[in-house]
Order: sequence, then structure tokens, then C-alpha cells
Amino acid sequence: MPSLTASAVRRPFAALTHHAVLPSVLACAFLLAACKEPGAQPGNAAPGGAATVQAGTALGDAATGKRLMAQYQCGACHAIPGVQGAGGGAGPSLEHMGSLSYIAGRIPNNGGNMVAWLRDPPALKPGTPMPALGLSEQEARHMAAYLRTLK
Amino acid sequence: MTDRMHAAAEVPLAAGQGTLQSVLHPAGADAAVIGQFAWVLFGAGAVILLAVMALLLASLRRHARPLPARAWILGAGVAFPVVVLSALLVWSTWRSAELRPQTSNGAMALSVTARMWWWDVRYAGPGGGPEIAAANEIHIPVGQDVYVGLNSADVIHSLWVPALAGKRDTIPGRVTGLRLRADKPGIYRGQCAEYCGAQHARMALHVVALAQPDYDAWLARQARPAVQPADELALRGRAVFLEQRCQSCHTIRGVAESAQLGPDLTHVGSRMQIGAGTLINHRGTLAGWIADPQAIKPGVFMPPASGIDGASLRALAAYLEQLK
Repeated sequence: MPSLTASAVRRPFAALTHHAVLPSVLACAFLLAACKEPGAQPGNAAPGGAATVQAGTALGDAATGKRLMAQYQCGACHAIPGVQGAGGGAGPSLEHMGSLSYIAGRIPNNGGNMVAWLRDPPALKPGTPMPALGLSEQEARHMAAYLRTLK
Repeated sequence: MTDRMHAAAEVPLAAGQGTLQSVLHPAGADAAVIGQFAWVLFGAGAVILLAVMALLLASLRRHARPLPARAWILGAGVAFPVVVLSALLVWSTWRSAELRPQTSNGAMALSVTARMWWWDVRYAGPGGGPEIAAANEIHIPVGQDVYVGLNSADVIHSLWVPALAGKRDTIPGRVTGLRLRADKPGIYRGQCAEYCGAQHARMALHVVALAQPDYDAWLARQARPAVQPADELALRGRAVFLEQRCQSCHTIRGVAESAQLGPDLTHVGSRMQIGAGTLINHRGTLAGWIADPQAIKPGVFMPPASGIDGASLRALAAYLEQLK
């Protein structure tokens, strides 16, 4: 395809061919606009009503958790349904995380454990490749809430 | 949402995300000319389309008097295109003369080698020191002309940072060049604009325009070899880097310096993203990338780290993360 380069100085007619790239430019602009990170949405701060779990931990907001997972790019290692671009192959798929009995194959899957796991995996399982990313308790609660929805 | 969430939105994670890659928001002289072309041709095209639609509507009226064929041919077929296209041609030719000549004279020079599928960026060391290798980020001082010498190690790629300048193809065996200037500090995203194989779509880069003192400080930091890590985990990671033979493809100055195949990792922790704009840069994404780059960017030359145990992988990722 003819690219509009600064060599248009020597090829003045090239400048006329560049409307060929306009559609893609516009598409690009629209796509980028569509990808803009939405701001934090107020109003969803109430802990999920039905999401009190065995350990007595109130989980956070699943939608926020989903957004945080995209932001932290957990998808670099995990396939996570519903999270944009999450298709990593290094770690297990989280497709049914909400209905699994164990986290990492050994830790009972309840809200409190999931929050602890997300905040510091090696503390619960020293051999794990999953690093502690310095999540706050609140961030981990939101993420755990989203993972619970993955039945 | 809580304040916590707002804070989360400001963590450095967002670095490099949401930066503008737009022809319609020029931040450099050449980009301004190109942006104006876009709008004028867009506008002229819209006016012509409206005129044609108006004629169509007129032709559909009942009892419309047909125009004589000669008037149609001479008016709409000859006079109109000659006048309009000539006007656009003259204007765009005159305006494109304002694009600055692609010369390295009087400009700061750096080199970019396009590779499948990343950008190998090299700077002259400060004070005539040895050259500095980086990847996927071009740092430039604001308001200064920078000449990016371009070549390719494999196939034809094309460097395109829409907010700053036009495109320039990189051609194997030939050096081309692109003159860039950013008029205001900022991060401008760019990408490969010439299909170059499987991961063409994930071959992005960022131009980071800094005020001159910031740029000088950045260059001085990049010129230093890798620091010896302070904490135990990172120290273990340095050993893992050598155990796993990462130095077969990657250079870390001060650790192992012979390889040129993959990006130089001396200051990999200071970069906004990894995988040429594919992932943000923290120990989690680094670990995922090292463990299985093929799942993230199928076809890249880096093999998955098979047989590395979890603790070693974490240590290696922590080591790379602190190579600021």
C-alpha cells in the first residue's frame, strides 16, 4: 500500500494518494476511543449482597474486579472468560474458578483464601510461579468477587 | 468506587496505556501538515458527495427538464474535475513542500532496527561513550529535531508514529531515515505500518518526549551497566538468568554482553511495556511472558521456558523488574 511518507516532498503526487489510508486512520481513532479505560464507576461500591462466603469475608464488586484483572493483565498467564485479551498459557485457565474446590490444587476455595492467595501466592504455596503483585486487600476482594462468578 | 480504586487507576500500570496514536492530534510540525491534508481531503470529498446527491435528487423530481448532454459532459465531466482536482493538487503540492526534508543535518541521530516483531533502538552514548541499546521505546528531547536512521534485520517494516510524522519503511540492506520532532512532552504511541508476518499487529512502540534535562538524565541512567540487585529474590533471579542461558539471546550489560538476537535487557525494568507494546511491565507479566511467550505472541523467536520451577521463574521476573 502506498504509505504517506515525508518523502512527499520529492513525490508531490503521493500526497494525493493518502486518502487511501484515511479510513484506516479513522477506524483506528474510533477503536482507540472505544478502548479508552472507563473511569471508576461510582455507585457499585456496595459489597455484593449475596456474596458473603464461608470465611465471613465480604467480597467486593465483580465488575470492578473484572476491570482490575484487565488492568493488571492477569491474562499474561491466565485465560479468563470475559476479560479482554486474557489468553495467556503459562498458568491454568480460570474458566471455572468459581466452582472449583481448591485454589492452586490444595487451598480450599473460599473468599477469604482467594483474597489471601491473590495478595501473596508464594506465602500459601512456596513453589508457585505466581508472583505477589502488591494488590491491596480491596483490589483482591474485587477480583475474588469476579472469580466467584466464573462457574 | 472508593478512593482506593481511584488510586488504583493511577498506579504506573497505566503507563503507556491510553496514550494517543492519532493523526488527528498532531504534536509535531510534519504531523500537523499531514493532519491538515486529512481534514481538507475529507472535507472536499464530503462536499463533492453532497453535490452529487443533490443532483441525484434533482433528477428524480417529476417534470424535471433534462439538461442537454453537451452541458453535462463539458460541465460535470470536464470543467468540474479539472477545477476541483487541480485546486486540490496545487494546494497539497504547495503545502507538502512544508514537510521538512529528511536529512540528518543539524539533528540528533539515533538508529532503529526493525525486527520481527520488535524495535531495536540504539543511542550514541553520552560524551562519546559506547552506544546504548534499548527496545521498543524511542526517547527524544522535546523541541529538537531527531533523525531516526532506519533499517531492518529481516523483512520490510514501516515506522509510523501518527502524532509526530509520516511513515517510513525500513528496508533490509538499505538505510532509510525519518526526521521526528515533538513539540510538547508526552508519550506518543506508534506501530509497524507494513505487514511483516504473524505478529505485525503486536509490533508497537512508544516515543517518549522529555524536556532536555530529563532526557539527559534518562540517557545517563541508561548508559550505566545493570546494578547488582539488593534483595535476595532478585539476586537469585540473576543466577537463574544465567542458569537458563537467557544470555544466549539477551544482553544485560554487566552480566553477559555477547548476545544480539533479542532485546537488550540492561534496563528492561524501566520500560513501560514488554513484547513491543503487548503487555504492561511488571513481575507478573514478565513471568507470564518468559514462561510462554508463544501463548501471548505466537511465532516470536523466544521459546517457552520449559522446565523452570515456579520459584525460579518468580525470582527471574523479580530480577528483571528491578533492572530500572
